[in-house]
Amino acid sequence: MKATSEAELAEAIGGATGPLRIMGGGTRDVGRPVAGEVLEVGLTGVELYEPGSLTLVVRAGTPLAEIEKLLANEGQRLAFEPLDFRGFLQPGDRHASAVSTIGGVVAANASGPRRIQAGAVRDFTLGMRFVDGTGRIVKNGGRVMKNVTGYDLVKLVAGSWGTLGVISEISLKVQSIPETEATLVGHCDSVDDAVARMSAALGSPFDVTGACADLRGRVSIRLEGLEGSVDYRARALSSGALQGFERVDAETSREIWRGVTSLEAFQSTPATDVWRISLRPSDTPAFMDAVEDIAANAVFDWGGGLVWLETKEGLVTQDAAGLIRDTANRFGGHATLMRASASARAALDVFQPQAPGLARLSAAIKQKFDPRGILNPGLMGY
Amino acid sequence: MDMPVPDPDILARKAEISTRLRSVLPEDAVITDEIELKAYECDALSAYRCPPLCAVLPATTDEVSAIMRICHDMGVPVVPRGSGTSLAGGALPTSDSVILGVARMADVLETNYADRYIRVQSGRTNLSVTGAIEEDGFFYAPDPSSQLACAIAGNIAMNSGGAHCLKYGVTTNNLMGVTMVMADGEVVELGGPHLDAAGLDLLGLVCGSEGQLGVVTEATLRILAKPEGARPVLVGFSSNVVAGACVSDIIKAGILPVAIEFMDRPCIEATEAFTGAGYPDCEALLIIEVEGSEAEIADQLGRITAIARRHDPIEIRESASADDSARIWLGRKSAFGAMGQKGDYICLDGTIPVGELPHVLERIGELSSQYGLGVGNVFHAGDGNMHPLIIYDANKPGDLDKAEAMGSDILRLCVEVGGCLTGEHGVGIEKRDLMGVQYSPEDLELQMQVKDVFDPAWLLNPAKVFPLEASAKRRENQTSPMEAQSPKAGDAVPHTS
Repeated sequence: MKATSEAELAEAIGGATGPLRIMGGGTRDVGRPVAGEVLEVGLTGVELYEPGSLTLVVRAGTPLAEIEKLLANEGQRLAFEPLDFRGFLQPGDRHASAVSTIGGVVAANASGPRRIQAGAVRDFTLGMRFVDGTGRIVKNGGRVMKNVTGYDLVKLVAGSWGTLGVISEISLKVQSIPETEATLVGHCDSVDDAVARMSAALGSPFDVTGACADLRGRVSIRLEGLEGSVDYRARALSSGALQGFERVDAETSREIWRGVTSLEAFQSTPATDVWRISLRPSDTPAFMDAVEDIAANAVFDWGGGLVWLETKEGLVTQDAAGLIRDTANRFGGHATLMRASASARAALDVFQPQAPGLARLSAAIKQKFDPRGILNPGLMGY
Repeated sequence: MDMPVPDPDILARKAEISTRLRSVLPEDAVITDEIELKAYECDALSAYRCPPLCAVLPATTDEVSAIMRICHDMGVPVVPRGSGTSLAGGALPTSDSVILGVARMADVLETNYADRYIRVQSGRTNLSVTGAIEEDGFFYAPDPSSQLACAIAGNIAMNSGGAHCLKYGVTTNNLMGVTMVMADGEVVELGGPHLDAAGLDLLGLVCGSEGQLGVVTEATLRILAKPEGARPVLVGFSSNVVAGACVSDIIKAGILPVAIEFMDRPCIEATEAFTGAGYPDCEALLIIEVEGSEAEIADQLGRITAIARRHDPIEIRESASADDSARIWLGRKSAFGAMGQKGDYICLDGTIPVGELPHVLERIGELSSQYGLGVGNVFHAGDGNMHPLIIYDANKPGDLDKAEAMGSDILRLCVEVGGCLTGEHGVGIEKRDLMGVQYSPEDLELQMQVKDVFDPAWLLNPAKVFPLEASAKRRENQTSPMEAQSPKAGDAVPHTS
């Protein structure tokens, strides 16, 4: 089933007699597998684009690439640097043909490295229209930068993976592309040292817009802005917190961060499991010590606060899950299984199980938005 | 402005309610004396007043939980209160409600520079959050004008902004986690000291929910390293339209100042008379502030003044010293006080797309002549958050009504051009009955259903945000009318495959 207008979407959901599997471009097959009829969100096109107001209103099924091109023509971009899952989840031939949509990005709140400085997808989503599980068309937020008119359902629906409503239209705040960028690259001997360097850079006044490290100890720190300003900050950092780091040029810098955004580190090993763990950056070294035996590779984004952990091939997902969740819990963090076989994802909690109070609230909200439980049922665990 | 008729049964049980509250709180934390209760009869929307049944001043999350449990048991409405600086009546009590003030909960609980967060009790004032960390080179970014007095609890309730949120975002963009006491006394933790939470974004929902979903007692806030320096430039223009166009051009040019503030002639004249800040004689002025090292500041100000010059400015005054900067900000920072010299005023908070500024300012001018009431405009132009100040005379019968009618017209205009009723002050009681202008009944119904989840009996700040008529059934029956219609779990649609 494919809906190409909001009215069709409302009709498809309102008239549904069974569970629906909601799909944008089909590049984000994450969560517990959903058994149900596919409902494809085929609403495309730009409603409004005002570069001088930094706002874009677009239908949810519009391909991300189209939006990025439109913005680039005006020297603008999506500040949250959406994650590109194509090569990560769908290697090989399907990679080339799969198309990310803006609706998928918002439904997954799939923020990239710049989240650390600019904010997440949910922070740039000014408003949306969506169809809830009863077929009711709902509007929330608007297209202005500041808005506290009524409850912020936008944040609730962003990152709800299509379980509360199917987004039909999105208003976004966009950002000007800075004059230039540079990345300072250095090598550290331990995760401890890498995180300490990233924390020092992020705790400096030099407005770092990306801080990422890998398991081999390579640390990348990005600066963006006016030419002279980037020069100044790069000098200040490399003579201070980032002594010994080398500056790479703008083009190389862009390549480094494209690699982070597309989860390049895990593209050549499509059969392994990859977890996404959210922690306080300073807890990341101890977390890695605890999971050392099962770790095949890891990337530390967001200054070390976001761990992408690849487990060794052949491990039973369930066994690894126990260790990863227990360790994440110990540090007050949480873990999501972002890549695994469908059978593995069907057998365990893909998303971190919540404390009873929160689980009850989430289930009750789901019940209000989707009383029949037909929108991506079970995907997030409810 | 109507408020619901107080419940006579609750009024009759006043003594019993305060006795139960005293059983879980220190003697001085329960206020029932009529004179003392006067302090809680209104917030900064002082045109509306009503003393509460009693006020409680808990010092811990456990005490808040005990209070909520008692009020829940006894069916007593609770109105949470930060510092009482709401301009929207967010903390206005009814005579059958308990005011829960968080002023005694003002401690810093944890500071962590490596992971860049601070955890505070929610009664701490906005400015004293930064005060606790600035010696170490950090600050908390949202800076509402009332930051000296306003509490983090209220900032979270109203998703407060401030002059510098053009670059740093509003409260919701800087809030990492909260400890919240639910209407029935249960304590929940939303988010935490990391950049995203597991599951649904309940934290994003709670921020800006005006104390209707729970009482926030502790907050984890993102902190940032202070920039090396900051400097403003002041530019005077021959018309509002030209100033508005200049704002748009600066934004389009890809420069991101930390603040772009706008003042129109009535405001400029009032502040001149009040402070003698030495502003130029012009129709409109912008104060644009940038941050960074000296060289970066000079670079950005150079680009900004080059754009401003294309708009035939009457004067460009670039700050060259801390003294200059203070003088440039002086008028802006005292603008509300200055307008207060001209009479009583209502401060609106509609937000519009930046491109609509000239049109909206022109229409506000027309409405001003039509109603015969003066209006000054002083606001955050970079993000389109307007603050028209409508001057009226509280002693003149009918003048407040006239000012409110004019305010409604301005807010309708904001929505009509693609904006919203409130950018950072909240709906409270002030804009409650205009919600239907921006949202359909279905939109509001879903929002009220969310409140049903958190507060099924509608005891938390019940008469706010939603039009009284729309929320009447829920408040009066104290059960959700939708509850009865919702299918039971057993009615869920079976899986087909």
